[in-house]
Amino acid sequence: MSVDIYKINPEFRDIMPQEIIDLEDNATWAGESVEKRGINDLTDKKEILEEHSLCAGCPEAAALRYILAALPTPEETIIVNSTGCTSLMFPHIALHTVHSLFGNQNAVASGIKRVLEWRFPDKVKDVVVLAGDGATVDIGLDYTLQSFFRQEKITTICFDNEVYANTGGQESGSTPKGQVFKMAPKGKAFDKVPMWELAVTSGCQYSVKLTASAPKKVAKVLREAVLIARELGPTYIHLYTPCILEIGLAANEGLWEMKEQDKDRFADFKFVTPEAEAYLKECKKKGLL
Amino acid sequence: MANLGPAYYSPYPVAAYDGLLTPPEGKALLLTDIVDEEVAMREIARVMLTSENATIFPGPQVLYAWNDEAKKKATLIKEMAEVLNAKMIPMYDYRPKYPKIDAEVEINPNHPNLTIWHNNIKACIFVGVHCHYANVALKIVRSETDCYTAAICGLSGHEDAMATIRDQHSEEMAKFIKIAKEVKQELGK
Repeated sequence: MSVDIYKINPEFRDIMPQEIIDLEDNATWAGESVEKRGINDLTDKKEILEEHSLCAGCPEAAALRYILAALPTPEETIIVNSTGCTSLMFPHIALHTVHSLFGNQNAVASGIKRVLEWRFPDKVKDVVVLAGDGATVDIGLDYTLQSFFRQEKITTICFDNEVYANTGGQESGSTPKGQVFKMAPKGKAFDKVPMWELAVTSGCQYSVKLTASAPKKVAKVLREAVLIARELGPTYIHLYTPCILEIGLAANEGLWEMKEQDKDRFADFKFVTPEAEAYLKECKKKGLL
Repeated sequence: MANLGPAYYSPYPVAAYDGLLTPPEGKALLLTDIVDEEVAMREIARVMLTSENATIFPGPQVLYAWNDEAKKKATLIKEMAEVLNAKMIPMYDYRPKYPKIDAEVEINPNHPNLTIWHNNIKACIFVGVHCHYANVALKIVRSETDCYTAAICGLSGHEDAMATIRDQHSEEMAKFIKIAKEVKQELGK
């Protein structure tokens, strides 16, 4: 993929809708822009995700916007996703996305990354996994950890809403102990799986836990994770994006909930290997961060 | 079963159920028959020139200037539309659109029948649509509308179209335009 796929042939410009012309003219493709892409672009540039079919006020939609705005080179990025609420948004993104079977996302991403390295040896292609907590922590835990053990050069992002939301509210491994849901009436019997810690012990170069309450912070973490994954090995981001419906909040209360959890279950956790730390300093000098 | 439409609104909208397969190399598929490419080109041109609201649906492979061949094809398709007196409605991407598409100006492979119904299109050409989405769209059009579909395909063609010509690149498209001009003259259009 390259930016060329968004250049409209002049013969067809008159029949193309404005939104596609905007995507060519006014989106922040890294290959074309002089300045670094970022969150600030969301205010006046064409977004890579505009429409989505998630619930009103869903923090996932906001978090995905931040992530897409922060990808270093979206035109050279392939996003792999899995079954869950997130998969409802992916058909609307103007990037290459691959939907894998529930839980298979890291295995699929590993294969894609390896093939891309072979097929395009002179280009940097980023592979980013984006899946929910069910796919990452429960059903796909094996593949997720295996990709870490094998040092696959991919970034894994877990959108943790602490529940199987779009199937009616069943508890997941990521649900906190004692939490009651519609389909978990007795309350969760064991502790939340500390996936961010498993990522560290499984060999990730970079593992961060945070909420999506601060857009710039999400963007910074994403950028660091992608850059490290390019050079050194697997990186992991555990991002709290609460399901406001399942925990009984209104559409405008998602941000409040994330801010609350910034001080509680999702208090900052950041692990960076010394090699990754040194590499990030280099990136900063080059102006990549 | 209703008795309207090219596929008679078959509850089995898949041409393969009727034993139809894509044409062999150098040949074309016209309804149920394998014919010479030129015969199919002539028939496609005739149908387009004589049907109400004939429309070309260019897909992403020709709408975007992603390589030199795509640029050449774009010029040829524009010319093709002029020769066939056809409208052009783009299938610019395959993302489902919510709440709904604007059927007047766009076509989406997930519900192509909406555009065909809305514009009362009786003949159309799919060109530059990736095969997997052409297959989806053509099946829906076949079962839901009475539109005559033609697929100009760079690979092996589409059995779900009423007429399909395969291995079509800029050279073959230029040939089609030449034939279409002849047919147009014959019909006095």
